[in-house]
Amino acid sequence: MRVIIDAQKCQGHSRCYALAPDVFDVDDYGQSTTRNGGAVPADREDVVRLAVLNCPEFAITIVDE
Amino acid sequence: MTTTHDWANDYDVMDPDYVRDPFSVWDHLREQCPIAHSERRGSSWLPTTYEDVSTIAHDVTHFSSRNVSVIPPSADDENAIPVGVPPISADPPEHTWTRRLLLPSFSHKRVAEYETMTRELCAGLASEIAARGHGDGAAEYAQQIPVRVIAKVLGVPGDEADTFTGWVRDVLEFAHIRERRDAGRDALVAYMFELIEERRDNPGEDLISTLLHTEVDGAPVPDAYVLGTAALTLIAGVDTTWSAIGSSLWHLATHPEDRQRLVAEPTLLPTAIEELLRAYSPVTMARIVTEDIEFKGCPMHEGDRIILNFPAANRDPKAFVDADKVIIDREQNRHVAFGIGIHRCAGSNLARMELRVALEEWLRRMPDFEVAPGAEVTWAGGQVRGPRTLPVVVK
Repeated sequence: MRVIIDAQKCQGHSRCYALAPDVFDVDDYGQSTTRNGGAVPADREDVVRLAVLNCPEFAITIVDE
Repeated sequence: MTTTHDWANDYDVMDPDYVRDPFSVWDHLREQCPIAHSERRGSSWLPTTYEDVSTIAHDVTHFSSRNVSVIPPSADDENAIPVGVPPISADPPEHTWTRRLLLPSFSHKRVAEYETMTRELCAGLASEIAARGHGDGAAEYAQQIPVRVIAKVLGVPGDEADTFTGWVRDVLEFAHIRERRDAGRDALVAYMFELIEERRDNPGEDLISTLLHTEVDGAPVPDAYVLGTAALTLIAGVDTTWSAIGSSLWHLATHPEDRQRLVAEPTLLPTAIEELLRAYSPVTMARIVTEDIEFKGCPMHEGDRIILNFPAANRDPKAFVDADKVIIDREQNRHVAFGIGIHRCAGSNLARMELRVALEEWLRRMPDFEVAPGAEVTWAGGQVRGPRTLPVVVK
């Protein structure tokens, strides 16, 4: 699984970072980014799905399911 | 909900029944309108669905943030705070640079620096109530926490906390009483002016020093913006978080099954906090309609006020399963308690830290408590909703 963030939609709620700080990072301005090119370890797929479901801006998309 | 009110055409967000129980009013309006209108305090509109609140919050062209007060301000406001309180009261492009100026002061890294003092503060307050066996979870606990954290952010001693709290309540909670609002605003502005002058010569690690010594496009930030942003930090960082802590304690005092589960499963706390923020969202904002438009069948006119009802959006059954129930392990929760779009609360990282630490330290010392038998819980509402007295007994 790989995950991408739409930088135009992200407003810095940090919900993804709170759930999976090993997959998502956030800068000093609240902008979320992915670590490791968005690669999701197999044992973190469930929590990344949760991050998608909790982003209020619908900014996270799972690709390469 | 009282049936005597025509909520769809004549709502009043300061109505005592609405302050106490806005939930049934929103349910009624969602089925009936779902956007209510009122001519009280000027023409205003009250959306109640998640979709409408989100659409309006994202449409910064038709819905300006130039005034975000739920209660319209007096004309004096513009003289007292000439550029408003950016970035919350700014539209792009002014919003963009004023927000970038403020955000790093509330990054995860900076917020982590305040956690130790927050924990010590909460531990001290909770220990006193636990030792006494009873106390006021709102006035003696929740109300005492964020104001001291914000004092730390501003680099001023916590012993002025009660004065700060008074000003913020004047500006937000008593905004419908003009003399009180104006007096609180003037005192707060005068204090900030003095603080800015002091920090200009003696900079520290605080927010005002940072604002004074940051350049935007090669020029210092104009004083009016430093004043507005410093005032915003105090106004927006106190009542709001204290209300969230108070509402959360009220829920735990009145729902023993949730309280017991949180004590038994502390790792559930972050999820529970998001649910408590959803169910008891404290903050309602406003927007100003920029040109005559028809929105979802409503004839909105330029200058009309939108009461941007984030708390009602968070109770919309179309957006949340069992929206009226507090489910502390709710996994899917796209709540908008901190707003949505470009004005997402700049202090949300700080607020979440304070709420988590406040609940941890309380529950560690008082896993079992309830509202004191026969005692009255009182609520404030309007711009910020939360309990103002919450007498509890520790068991």
